[in-house]
Amino acid sequence: MRRALGELLTARGRRAARWLPPLAVLVCAVGVWYAVSLLVLDPDRRFLFPPPHAVVRVGFLDGDNRAELLEGLRRSAEVASLGLAVAVGAGVLLAVAMSQARWVERSLFPYLVVLQTTPVLALVPLFGFWFGFGFGTRVLVCALIALFPVVAGTLFGLRSVAAAQHDLFTLHGAGRVVRLWKLQLPAALPSVFTGLRISAGLSVVGAIVSDFFFRQGEPGIGVLIDRYQSRLQSEQLLAAVILSSLFGLAVFWFFGALARRVVGGWHESAREPGAW
Amino acid sequence: MTAADGGRGVAADPRTAALTFAGVGLRYPGGTRALDGIDLSVAPGEFVSVVGPSGCGKSSLLRIAAGLQAPTAGTVTGRGESVGYVFQDATLLPWRSVRANVELFGELRGLGREERRKRAAEALDLVGLADVAGHRPRTLSGGMRMRVSLARSLTLRPGLFLLDEPFGTLDEITRERLDDDLLALFAARRFAALFVTHSVLEAVYLSSRVVVLSPGPGRVVGEFDVPFDYPRPAGLRFDPEAARLAALVSACMRGAAAP
Repeated sequence: MRRALGELLTARGRRAARWLPPLAVLVCAVGVWYAVSLLVLDPDRRFLFPPPHAVVRVGFLDGDNRAELLEGLRRSAEVASLGLAVAVGAGVLLAVAMSQARWVERSLFPYLVVLQTTPVLALVPLFGFWFGFGFGTRVLVCALIALFPVVAGTLFGLRSVAAAQHDLFTLHGAGRVVRLWKLQLPAALPSVFTGLRISAGLSVVGAIVSDFFFRQGEPGIGVLIDRYQSRLQSEQLLAAVILSSLFGLAVFWFFGALARRVVGGWHESAREPGAW
Repeated sequence: MTAADGGRGVAADPRTAALTFAGVGLRYPGGTRALDGIDLSVAPGEFVSVVGPSGCGKSSLLRIAAGLQAPTAGTVTGRGESVGYVFQDATLLPWRSVRANVELFGELRGLGREERRKRAAEALDLVGLADVAGHRPRTLSGGMRMRVSLARSLTLRPGLFLLDEPFGTLDEITRERLDDDLLALFAARRFAALFVTHSVLEAVYLSSRVVVLSPGPGRVVGEFDVPFDYPRPAGLRFDPEAARLAALVSACMRGAAAP
């Protein structure tokens, strides 16, 4: 009984140790926010940085504003998740192709690096000319932004299989497909997830920021941010930024939890303290 | 009792041997010679250990025996379909359960599911790990993982076992226990075994014949028959006669290593 209670307390302690530090940082940040807004800024300039309660009241508690924000977020989330899905599908396929033949890797990898170093967002006007400014182009931009980490993570994972394990499969006459399916892909999963989490974050940023360049079509949350800024609606602007951040955080958590579920039982990477 | 014949001795009849090396040599692309003129046979049901200093090509010899590497000279005959290869590391797939790991070779060889299950259960029973069949390898100790690795090879009922310092990284107690397990398996299945080790005592304790390789390029510089019957008592490790034989093997190794 006493032991069970002790274990319960330790479990609570562990949970508290995990949540308290970031919570403390949040409280400090809100405190600084209040201080800047109420003490530093002149009342007639306060509209530039309204205090937190004003942001919550106008941005989240007002039904119309909230509905507008959530609708924008839904559209951006749609673009981000489809873009990510395309990036994952294409990325894993590319990585598998590159892992099967060095010449494929040698031919393609430089262009992937170019893609990674080119500011894809700067190409949005061009894509707009070619494909229009609709949903499909937004997804394409998102996918291009999110592609590289998936390819790099998957390729690294596929290549990191121990030589002795390859020998094992050679010894028993395993062909390319069997080796890929039963050895390389499962072994690559932890690295795939590492790439996936980076890509997921990029796809969210891509979906929101590319809105600034599109400025057309159905407004995602990026378009709303742009609009609030031009109308000096600071409360809604800050609410949109907070909502975007929360969405990014939720995506990060989701993929962390997915990684833990899929590879946590056998791989250390999914159990690191920072791995949520 | 012992026959230090200066090498080149072929104990088993190559026509019936489980494995025969005839003039096997290995030269790396850079020109370094790893093995030179190896003549060696392992008869069915014979347990042969290969000892030698680091870098003498012991592991290469096994890789050639398994067909993982082609020799640059000579021929290897006799290795059939059913070769069990046990690596230095247990080489288990961490995402698979112990049972699924043990079933892997059957899967790769196209055995039916029922047959695979049956053989895996049998093999796990034989190494005493039936109760951890559902566990993941990471929850097992190093010794248990090595047992799983042995069980995995047993599922193919190999006529020839190739073991590359399988217990080299384990602590002494675990290593002795696994040596005994291996002897029990050998008694039960009576496969042919080619066992690579750098421990002379382990070689004498396990084998019916000990082969000594020279420093690289590896040549056979001595062969010693081990005159003790199977099953072997654990006390054989401390038997004066076994110690004398180990001393002879050691002296042969040192002699070969002397400049």
